[in-house]
Amino acid sequence: MLRCREAGARAGRKALVSGVNLALQPGRLTAIVGPNGAGKSTLLSLLSGQRRPDAGEVRLDGTSLAAHAPADLALRRAVVPQESAVAFDFTVREVAELGRFPHRRRPSRDEAGIVAQALEATTVAALAGRIFNTLSGGEKARVHLARALAQLWEPLPGGATRWLLLDEPTAALDLAHQHQAMRLVRRWAHGQGVGVVAVLHDLNLALRYADDVLVLAGGQVRSNGPAAEVLTPELIGDAWGVHCQAITSEGGVPQCVFA
Amino acid sequence: MSRADRGAMLAVTGRLPPRAVLWLGALLVLAAFVAGSARGAYAIAPGQLWTVLANALSGGDASSTEHLVFMNIRLPRLVLGIAAGAGLGLAGALMQGLFRNPLADPGLVGISSGAALAAGATIVLGSWWFPDLPRTLGSWTLVAMAFLGGIGVTLGVYALAQGNGGTHIGLMLLAGVAVNALAGAGLGFLNFIATDEQLRNIQFWLLGSLGGARWSAVALVGTIVLIAGCAGLASATALNAIALGEAQAAMLGVDVEHVKRSVILATALAVGAVTATTGIIGFVGLIAPHWVRLVAGPDHRVVLPGSALLGAALVLAADVVARTVMAPAELPLGVLTAAIGVPMFLFMLRHFRGRI
Repeated sequence: MLRCREAGARAGRKALVSGVNLALQPGRLTAIVGPNGAGKSTLLSLLSGQRRPDAGEVRLDGTSLAAHAPADLALRRAVVPQESAVAFDFTVREVAELGRFPHRRRPSRDEAGIVAQALEATTVAALAGRIFNTLSGGEKARVHLARALAQLWEPLPGGATRWLLLDEPTAALDLAHQHQAMRLVRRWAHGQGVGVVAVLHDLNLALRYADDVLVLAGGQVRSNGPAAEVLTPELIGDAWGVHCQAITSEGGVPQCVFA
Repeated sequence: MSRADRGAMLAVTGRLPPRAVLWLGALLVLAAFVAGSARGAYAIAPGQLWTVLANALSGGDASSTEHLVFMNIRLPRLVLGIAAGAGLGLAGALMQGLFRNPLADPGLVGISSGAALAAGATIVLGSWWFPDLPRTLGSWTLVAMAFLGGIGVTLGVYALAQGNGGTHIGLMLLAGVAVNALAGAGLGFLNFIATDEQLRNIQFWLLGSLGGARWSAVALVGTIVLIAGCAGLASATALNAIALGEAQAAMLGVDVEHVKRSVILATALAVGAVTATTGIIGFVGLIAPHWVRLVAGPDHRVVLPGSALLGAALVLAADVVARTVMAPAELPLGVLTAAIGVPMFLFMLRHFRGRI
C-alpha cells in the first residue's frame, strides 16, 4: 500500500501540491489527471520518493519512503520519466539492462532473458542493437517502459508490493502504441499485482484502462475514485473548462466526446 | 546472450567486445613501452633490452652502460609515463561519465592550470617567503603545492557548477575558462618577477615533461593513480546508470552523491599527482575516452580501464617522439599532446555541438 497523509510540496513560497491524502492499492491501475500545472508530476515524484514531501508524509507498506534504503526501494518501484535523454551512445539493450541495476547483487538466473522479454513486451526487441539516441520519441518511451518492467520483473519475497510509476507514458506514442502500452501496464496491475500509477492527459485512455482516477486541480485532490464515477461531464467542465458529452463505446466503456 | 544476438549487435553498432578492447589497449601500451625503451639519446637495441631486463631481475651484471641508462633514466621515465597517461585518461573518462558529457576534461575545467599556478607560486614566492622550506622538504614542497592547487580548483569549480538538478556542464566549462585565464595572468605575473632559473622551472610546468622522473616520485604517482583507479572502477556501473540522468539513477538505487564525491576525489587525486610531477600534459584525458567509446561503446566498465590504457600508450608514444624528433634536445610533451588534441577537440565540438 502506498499512502499519502497530508502530503505537500512547494517551490519557494508556491505550493505545488498540498494536503494530499490517498491510499493506493497494489494490483490496480490509478490514473492521475488534471489540467497543466495541477501538480501531477510533483505528486508522482512524491510517490516515487524522488522528492521528499515538505509537509505530511508518504508511506510504502507502512514505512515512510524516506526510511526505505534507496537500494531496497529500487527493487520495488520503477519510474518511467516523461522524457529522458541518455548520455553517450548506449544501445537499446544496454538502456533496458540498466533496469536490472538494483538486482546486480542478487541476479536472477536469466538476466539477459528478462531484458529480452521486457523489450519484447513493449515491442522494441527488434531495436535492441540500435543506439538509443537515434530512436524516435515514441520508441524511446517504449524502451524506458521496458527498462522499468525489467526492474520490477520478478515478485518480491515477503509480500513486498511493487509499484510502477509512469509520467505521461503515452504522450509520445501513436494511437496503436498508446493502447498497447496501457493494456500492457494494466495487465501488469491485474495479473502481477503491481500497483500502477500513471499521469495521463487523455481522459478517454483513463476511462478505458484505469481502475481509479485521481483528479488534481490547483495542487489539491479534486476527486478520487473509480474512473467512471469520477470523470463526469460536470467535473470535466469544472476542472478543465471544456464542454464534454458522455457516450458509451461499443464495448460498454464510458468515453467522452469534447466539443 | 546467444551467439546470433551478439553477432547482430556487432553488426549494428560495429563495436569490439570488451575483452578485445582491453587486450588491444594493453598491446598498445606494450608497443609504446618497447619503443620508448629502445629509443632516446642513448639507443638500446630491442635485443639488448632482454639482457638488461634479465640482468636486473636476476641481479646479474649491473655495470654496463645499457643497464645504468635503462634502470636509472629510462625505466622510471617509462613507468612515470604509464602512470601519468593512465591517470589522465582515467580522470577524463570519470569526468565525462559523471557530467554526462564527452567534452569534460580535467585540463579544460582548470585543474591542471590550478596545479601549475600553485607550482609557479611555490617556485617564485616560496624562495622569498620560506627560504628554508625547500631545504627541509626538498622538491616535495613543489609536488605537494601543485597537488593542493589542483584539488583546490577541482573543488571550487565543482561547487560553482552546482545548480538545481545537478551539475551544470556549461558552467563547469566556463568556470574552467575563467580559472585558466586567472592562472595565465598569475603565471604571467610570476614570470615578470621571477629570476632566469625560476623562469625555466615554471616553463617546465606549462609544457609538461617526463624528464623529472625519479623512482621516489614515480612510486608516489603510481600509487596515487592506482588508488584513484580502484575508486574509479568501483563506480563504473553506477556511472552507466548516471547516463540516464542523476534523478533516474537515484530511482535505480544509485547513491548519486556518494558516486559524485568518490569520482571527483579520484579525479582530483590522479590529476593533481600527475600534474605535480610532470607539469601540464593536455588533452590526453579528453581524447582517450572518446577513442575508447568509438571502438568499445560507452559502458564504463570498459571505458574506464580502456581510457587508462590508451592514455598510457598516448603519453608513452608522445614521449618517444618528444625525445627523438629533435634529439638530443627534447620537445616539451605538452606541445605534442596539444598538437594532436586541439584539432581533435575542435572536431568533437562540432560533432557534439548540440549537447554542450
